[in-house]
Amino acid sequence: MTTPSSFSIEELPSTEVRRKGLWYHFRTFCRRYPLGAIGAAITLAFVFCAIFAELVTGVDPYTTNAADSLAAPGGAHMLGADVMGRDVFSRIIYGARISLMVGIGSTFLGCLFGVMIGLASGYLLGWFDLITQRIIDVMQALPLLVMALVMAASLGPSLENTIIAISIPLIPNVARIIRSNTLSLREMPFVESARAAGMSELRIAVRHVLPNTLAPLIVLATAQLGSAILTEASLSFLGLGIPEPHASWGRMLSESAAEYVRTAPWLVIFPGIAISLVVFGTNLLGDAVRDILDPRQRKT
Amino acid sequence: MTSYIIRRLLLMVLTLIGMSIIIFIMLRLVPGNIADILFDSAGFIDPQEKVLLEKELGLNLPLWEQYWNWISNLVQGKLGYSYVSELPAIDELAPRIPITAKLAGLSLFFSVLIGLPLGVISAVRQNTWADYVVRIVSLSGLSLPSFWLGLLILTAFVAWAGYIPIYTAPPETWYDEFALLIIPAAAVGFRASAIIMRLTRSSMLEVMRQDYVRTARSKGASENVINYKHALRNAILPVTTIIGIEAAFLIGGLIVTETVFNIPGVARFLVEAIQWRDYPIVQNLVMLIALIVVTVNLIVDLLYAVLDPRIRYS
Repeated sequence: MTTPSSFSIEELPSTEVRRKGLWYHFRTFCRRYPLGAIGAAITLAFVFCAIFAELVTGVDPYTTNAADSLAAPGGAHMLGADVMGRDVFSRIIYGARISLMVGIGSTFLGCLFGVMIGLASGYLLGWFDLITQRIIDVMQALPLLVMALVMAASLGPSLENTIIAISIPLIPNVARIIRSNTLSLREMPFVESARAAGMSELRIAVRHVLPNTLAPLIVLATAQLGSAILTEASLSFLGLGIPEPHASWGRMLSESAAEYVRTAPWLVIFPGIAISLVVFGTNLLGDAVRDILDPRQRKT
Repeated sequence: MTSYIIRRLLLMVLTLIGMSIIIFIMLRLVPGNIADILFDSAGFIDPQEKVLLEKELGLNLPLWEQYWNWISNLVQGKLGYSYVSELPAIDELAPRIPITAKLAGLSLFFSVLIGLPLGVISAVRQNTWADYVVRIVSLSGLSLPSFWLGLLILTAFVAWAGYIPIYTAPPETWYDEFALLIIPAAAVGFRASAIIMRLTRSSMLEVMRQDYVRTARSKGASENVINYKHALRNAILPVTTIIGIEAAFLIGGLIVTETVFNIPGVARFLVEAIQWRDYPIVQNLVMLIALIVVTVNLIVDLLYAVLDPRIRYS
């Protein structure tokens, strides 16, 4: 990514950044996109918990303790304990790590393959484009969760497989958008001039077309992050995602679902709040990012 | 128009064939089949018996032959037998489909009922507190996992009413059934309404900037006439297209919600069949879901042309 993409030039002129400083832009962002700022704060807090889980809670999320089984919130366990006596708060904090790993991992993988396929499809056209488009049609005929379910079941439950299972249904969305962007970009004068200057097609595609698809890609990736986290939670809830003893929010809900709705509602409430809050935060952030990077949306 | 429909139908068949190949391969990626599961859980393995079972189920045939048997039977309407219950797959699926269909219909109803008016309010009062509230509600709808919403509702029921409204025995009257389905449908519908809400809002905002709205305003039409007669009627068109996306979205929501509320529909059955590697059920159910999604999308596209005379397919 050597050439700066066009949106960043429009949006944040580099001289402006130097003159007014980052703090100024931070305040402008908060004023213009208050909801986006809230989303960014939630997302940052979530990332912080995921990275520094050991600092946030001193309690080990895997230590079982029969005496504390189903302990109510308060006292030694701030948010209560599950049936095995494991601390719910600590499991939620460590669960952020799993959620973040699956969310970022699957979004990254999905975007990586989606970009490669979309770029090749939009740039090469011809039979390659025709075949990939039909395959994408097929993949989009199944809901994300159903596709991820079948993938997860066929790969078997593990962290890596869950990431793969969620990333695959994301590929077609990314590929579609990158392809349509590439189609319009390849007719642009700057691509023509690069070609006239004797650049190879591969070099044009990677150095000139790819960086210009970055804006829609960032918009899409932030939007997908939330849905990837939700899908992980659903998969784990159904018992086909992250296996024990990992602290996964969806898994925590599936253990508590049927039995403890009556006796230990905190097991139901807190992990769900964690999922909802994080997805809410990434969605708010995603909306703001879209408003900033997508000029067509900005007008409305 | 006719040639467009024919082209779309051909494309639909192509998509479904592709789907059948993908699903068939995906289910067989993992080592181990139903025979392994049954024998592993039984604790002891008699290799001869296992070979017999595999032969009986046709699992010993080459993959292409297994695929061909499945597809040729599917085309003739024979869905095979469930490996787990040993009943014909059609007998397993048929009673479950109406339950899920009712739930899906009710959920769609809720999503439109909540989504459309809130989207309109949000657009008409853009950048007021009402707009902000609606946008936050719709975003939280997208952020709440529907199974958690379902669990929360169950918890609330336990706290206030002292019982859990889940499906235990088949309801006797339509009223009982309605009462059982309405809570899960609301949980799924609320989540799905967020998409409608957001689309209605952006579509309304777009239409409200059009010249004919300005003309209506300048000729002295009241705000209500402008908003509902001129703007909403045009803004609602793109919203119909979202129903195609909603179909896929609803199915995803139903899978987890049926599990939470213990509803014996096809969505929950899919999860069970996947866990048991019950190929005939999973394959046919996935094909059914794909067929529904593809058909709904086709109908929506055609409906769009009927509703909006400006659109002509050729």
